[in-house]
Amino acid sequence: MELYFFYMFAGGMILTSLLMITRANVIHAALLLVLTFFFLAGVFVLAGAEFLAAVQILLYAGGIMVLYLFSIMLMNVEVAVRMRQWHRQGAVVLVAAVLLGLEIWAVLGDVEFAKPKQWEWSLGATPGNVEALGAVLYTKFLFPFEVASILLLAAMIGAIVLAKRRIER
Amino acid sequence: MIPMTHFLVLGAILFLIGAMGVLMRRNAIIILLSIELMLNAVNVTFVGFSRHLADMTGQVFAIFVITVAACEAAVGLAILIALNRDRTMVNVDEVNLLKW
Repeated sequence: MELYFFYMFAGGMILTSLLMITRANVIHAALLLVLTFFFLAGVFVLAGAEFLAAVQILLYAGGIMVLYLFSIMLMNVEVAVRMRQWHRQGAVVLVAAVLLGLEIWAVLGDVEFAKPKQWEWSLGATPGNVEALGAVLYTKFLFPFEVASILLLAAMIGAIVLAKRRIER
Repeated sequence: MIPMTHFLVLGAILFLIGAMGVLMRRNAIIILLSIELMLNAVNVTFVGFSRHLADMTGQVFAIFVITVAACEAAVGLAILIALNRDRTMVNVDEVNLLKW
């Protein structure tokens, strides 16, 4: 049962992402990527990462993709649709992608994974996923967490400076 | 119980689709969207390993990846808006001022 849901979400992700990279209209591409992220949230739930699934929908589908859509509205979409959409290196890329895919297939075919370890907690138990994640994030990974906040501050200032209109004197 | 290999194969396929989008498309916004897809493919692998090893580190790292993705989206879109203001261009091969 779990496996069928995984195949459903994985198939949905692959389908929507393939559609995403082939769309001429960027708004359609962005909306298809939102759909991909919803399927990804399903995969996260199946993997026992409930908090990440919530973050995926709230932050990615709700935050980052809205940022994308707003920026797309500021640009000229209709002109871009009529232009040539693809580079002329497409065949090379396809061959490289197929080769890389075969390589990953060969590597993963050989690997024998050990029996998975059991979580100390299960779904609905206390402490759950969020508590366990928070306990690790705010103790062992406190310094990277603070560095991430500085990175966000730098990105915010950078985005404002880059997108700001030049002040004419 | 989903086998570990399934997560790795799904991550690899999504990463390849994202890489193909980056290398084949001319539209800069689609390239940024494809980069988001590649970052999420890495997250699938992180979460798969997190479940397999019963270790929270993979999920913590996925949160950091999402942070970096948010920063990248903000700065990348700011650059695109600045480019779009000067000249109406959204195609990456037209931005060749620094190309030798």
